[in-house]
Amino acid sequence: MAIIMIEKHAKNLILTVQDYSIFSWRAFMNLFRPPIYWPEFLVQADIIGVGSLSIVVLSGLSTGGVLALQSAATLSAFGATAITGQFVSLTMIRELGPVLTGVMVSGRNASSMASELGSMVVTEQIDAMRALGVDPMRKLVTPRIFATIAMLFFLTIVANACGIAGGGLVTVFMNHQDGVQYFSKAWEALRYPDIIQGLVKPLFFGYILSSIGCFYGMRTTGGTEGVGRSTIQAVVWASVLIIFVDFLLTQVLLTFFPPL
Amino acid sequence: MIENSGQSEPDATTGPVLAFHNVSIAFDGPPVLEDVTFSVAPGETRILLGPAGVGKSVLLKLANGLLRPDQGSVELFGEEIASLPEEQLFPLRTRTGMVFQEGALFDSLTVRDNVAFQLIQERVPDEEIDRRVRDALSFVELEETFDLYPASLSGGMRRRVAIARAFIRQPELLLYDSPTGGLDPLTSTTIIELIVKERDVYHTPSLLVTHRIQDAILLCTHRFDPAHGHMIPLPQGETDAGTTFLMLEEGRLIFDGSLHELVKSTNPFVREFLL
Repeated sequence: MAIIMIEKHAKNLILTVQDYSIFSWRAFMNLFRPPIYWPEFLVQADIIGVGSLSIVVLSGLSTGGVLALQSAATLSAFGATAITGQFVSLTMIRELGPVLTGVMVSGRNASSMASELGSMVVTEQIDAMRALGVDPMRKLVTPRIFATIAMLFFLTIVANACGIAGGGLVTVFMNHQDGVQYFSKAWEALRYPDIIQGLVKPLFFGYILSSIGCFYGMRTTGGTEGVGRSTIQAVVWASVLIIFVDFLLTQVLLTFFPPL
Repeated sequence: MIENSGQSEPDATTGPVLAFHNVSIAFDGPPVLEDVTFSVAPGETRILLGPAGVGKSVLLKLANGLLRPDQGSVELFGEEIASLPEEQLFPLRTRTGMVFQEGALFDSLTVRDNVAFQLIQERVPDEEIDRRVRDALSFVELEETFDLYPASLSGGMRRRVAIARAFIRQPELLLYDSPTGGLDPLTSTTIIELIVKERDVYHTPSLLVTHRIQDAILLCTHRFDPAHGHMIPLPQGETDAGTTFLMLEEGRLIFDGSLHELVKSTNPFVREFLL
């Protein structure tokens, strides 16, 4: 009995991976083939980009502040509190900025994509769209993916800036250190490879969170309960995959841009 | 065994608008439809009867390629669509109109944008869109809903908007999925009147799915009177010659014929359904 259950789950998992691969490949190819629905892209860019700005600013400020607090406590043991700025800026730009922004945006937008598209599936709006001769992949999925990739790139830059600013505020007002030293160290430590690493990651994370959100939304079954299930799966898988892909990407990027 | 009067034979010159040949489909279990064969000729209205859960809506979705059969073939406008890639199905689907069970209106769009959905995709000028939407809404007597959102419409109004959306481009085939399901008798009659009006004014071939025999009989025994602008009964004993019936029992087509043949059928399932 247990073996049958394991076999069933394994088959379901393989089938889901296969379906996702086909879905994400179609969605990716649609990015380069007309028609591209620009008005839908702009609407989604507003929802995803402008709509997520507040949570990205807040989480960036807090994360930078926490990094400054924690690092100052540790670095003071070695008499190296002067490099707090370097620590915060490198950590934010190379890792925490892209990953935190990806996870925050997936919590907000992968869930909303899954629930919105899932509701459309269970109320036959997706079938109605197909019956009216419009491809829902192009009309609904591709603009969301396109907009998420573009907006996550800029949101990551905002998160990085806020993180460094948050670290600066903590350094000056709570750790009572020199602000000029903090920001000059934060600036001096940065190299182009660090910035490239930090800006390549959101492109992948944006694609992952939006394609997962749309994928689970479009394969919703089972009425309103199914919509809830799709939403949970979308957020969980998008967050897990972002962290896992971050690990793989870091490995690859460190090969191309080895640390000094 | 299918009872067949032969009335549904396609027009020899133009061929059927829609034809099912030995179609079967299953979803992780026993077949939902098994060996279904029938056709819809130009100008013909076919009413598919059957209780809930016999595969009526599945059959309708097979008709325009929203679902694909496991076996058999479906011909839409003379093209075999069962194996056609999705991209090639979209242009064919624009030639059909479909009314879904609950209307399936896009709830983020106004009634105007819902009805004009296809026209907007085709980048028709706004002035023309407004004019055609007002014409379509006038046909279903809902001009006042132009700027409203579907959430503010009643169930019956949603179906009427869905009908307007289905025929705004004058489709070559109309598919109705239980258009009166869940509606009160008065609203159901309004919807049936619209379908009769569409049939008698535009003569669009259609396939209508319903489990309500009273609606089917109403459709068959009435005609639209353009002089008075409403539906009137045909003389006693007469039925609309172009309106014929199909009946499904557990996924199999058990009847194909006219209303007279339906009421005279000796099939126990048909007898029970008619009671």
